[in-house]
Amino acid sequence: MSSRLSGNEAVAYAMKQINPDVMGAFPITPSTEIPEYFAAYVANGEVNTEYVAVESEHSSMSVCIAAQAAGARAVSATSSCGLALMYELLYVAASCRLPITLACVNRALSGPININHDYSDSMGARDSGWIQIYAENNQEAYDNIIMAMPIGETPSVRLPVMTCMDGFITSHAVENIELLETDAVRKFIGEYNPEHYLLKKENPLAVGPYDVSAYYMEHKVQEAEAMKAAKSRILEVAAEFEKISGRRYGLFEEYRMEDAQLALVLIGSTAGTAKAAIDKLREDGVKAGLVKIRVFRPFPGEELARALAGTKAVAVMDKSEGFSANGGPLFAETCSALYNLKERPYLINIVYGLGGRDVRTEDIEKVFGRLADIAVTGETHPAYTHMGQRSREEETV
Amino acid sequence: MSTVYNLKREVEKPIRLTGGHRLCAGCSTGVVVSGVLRALDREDRAVVVNATSCLQVSTFMYPYTAYMDSYIHSAFENSAATCSGVEAAYNALKRRGKVEGTVKFITFAGDGGTYDIGFQSLSGAMERGHDMVYVCYDNEAYMNTGIQRSSSTPRFARTTTTPVGSVGQGKKQNKKDLTEILVAHNIPYVAQTAPIGNFRDLHSKSYKAIYTEGPCFLNVLSPCPRGWDYPMAMLAEIIKLAVDTCVWPLYEVEEGVWRLSYMPKKKLPVEDFLRPQGRFRHMFRQGNEWMIEEAQSYVDQKWERLLEHSGA
Repeated sequence: MSSRLSGNEAVAYAMKQINPDVMGAFPITPSTEIPEYFAAYVANGEVNTEYVAVESEHSSMSVCIAAQAAGARAVSATSSCGLALMYELLYVAASCRLPITLACVNRALSGPININHDYSDSMGARDSGWIQIYAENNQEAYDNIIMAMPIGETPSVRLPVMTCMDGFITSHAVENIELLETDAVRKFIGEYNPEHYLLKKENPLAVGPYDVSAYYMEHKVQEAEAMKAAKSRILEVAAEFEKISGRRYGLFEEYRMEDAQLALVLIGSTAGTAKAAIDKLREDGVKAGLVKIRVFRPFPGEELARALAGTKAVAVMDKSEGFSANGGPLFAETCSALYNLKERPYLINIVYGLGGRDVRTEDIEKVFGRLADIAVTGETHPAYTHMGQRSREEETV
Repeated sequence: MSTVYNLKREVEKPIRLTGGHRLCAGCSTGVVVSGVLRALDREDRAVVVNATSCLQVSTFMYPYTAYMDSYIHSAFENSAATCSGVEAAYNALKRRGKVEGTVKFITFAGDGGTYDIGFQSLSGAMERGHDMVYVCYDNEAYMNTGIQRSSSTPRFARTTTTPVGSVGQGKKQNKKDLTEILVAHNIPYVAQTAPIGNFRDLHSKSYKAIYTEGPCFLNVLSPCPRGWDYPMAMLAEIIKLAVDTCVWPLYEVEEGVWRLSYMPKKKLPVEDFLRPQGRFRHMFRQGNEWMIEEAQSYVDQKWERLLEHSGA
């Protein structure tokens, strides 16, 4: 059925269709609407979820960890500093192998405080052991939530899943969207019947041991193996999802990449802007293309290397600053994915859009202009730059 | 439960915290945990929640758990929120017919995990009204990391972060009165207790806390031989002295009504409690008499207030 929803409402609606056992709820802009919409579903008896309105994001993630360990399906939503406050527990959730679903509405981290979009929050959590799936638009945000549980709950995976969408750009913009029937959603995600859980009568369970060096590394390697296993599971679930929705998903989306010589690698809603710019450039004969990363964890390194193997120059666009002095996180991943190719494209990194700074088609065209030069000259210096900075001479007030 | 307490009958119940855990000799924590869990009715199950602590690292070191019931540890500062999550899951699964029988939810955390870093999580869980028991085993410092001061450490106590030196004289501030703060949460049941004598006080308060609907809080004095620096064999005596000097009065507040649980036959001077403990040794040096006087006057003042509250 067609509807018109904001990203936040689409996610909340998917959660309503799922009817999870427990929700840990705490407000933070721009994700606040998700627990708000959900509270209304609870108040109207449309779900019978145990809605726990806690006193911090640290506690909402703690509630989710405990509830999932107890045998329940737990969900939450957060943004920015809220995710940062959860960091300690994100690792606990993943290492306890608890397939919690978290809607992360991406927003810049403080400081200075800023409520608009970039990926500094979820990129900071990229090594926490969570699967991370990013949406370009409302439709993808909705679809990703529905795919999260079948991915995370699979025995070979059993990892928590963070579905990410761009704060305000996606979370608050209203778009046309195709919703599935609730019955179809419930059938797709199935019942959650874990093998072991705290409330299982026949067999008590202990969760969260003190793990000494004699065992810790085995546990971490198992977690790493689970993350590797997640890649094929994500594709399986996508294939099943296509059957009920008609919408196709992969680890990333390739746009006009068949014969592309110049390409962008980026995440999220900027893909829409980039696609428009690419269409225009293609009319001018520029062989431009785009790889939109959908799944950042597990990182599709081999697949990305294959997708970029035929290109001459690639700009990796990071919407978060990693302060590594060597480029952003997506750049680092892309470089390492491409390193073993016999013939590699030239790679540059452009950090852009921090704290919600707008990016327009003209900005993307400029990036392609630079890639065209690099393809000819081979000159990548400086390989790591920031888009659209005001000059020192310009008034800053 | 019979209203008459019978220690023999209680200890005949199947044990819920098994021996072989790694808590120190002379530590009261295992005694407290066993004592609280013993109050569960035989047929009831529990999920034990634990903050990172001495108790956690000593009772659940992979791959061995000392608990016969289900158990979860997640982090240091979130044991109350963790307990909330288990209880929420229980409610949800019960509603959906996916869990059977009665399950009780009991959290154990030290004073660091309760008075300090876990305070927000505790306050939130109590306010939300989860049907759970939160037990603080109060050993008056961060013992798991090696005896650092907490807001529960009493004034003048020597810890590794309040050392005694040519200028420093131990902790400068008085102990936070957490039990009263929990009373101010207007929850159904708050009690201060200790594993003393035949454990009647600890047992009856644990039973009430477990079987009173809603959030209940127990603050249990839990001496630590390493941090308090007393001979291991003196554990029971140290607890008795804490109670008989009124340093740690036993009382409960049920639906807002204060009740003193134990009136010492003879209120002993505070120095009787201080003297056997190395952490207070400097208080007995010549010229430091004022410290003992101030410690006494603080205890007297708190005791008078408690008598007033409880109408004793």
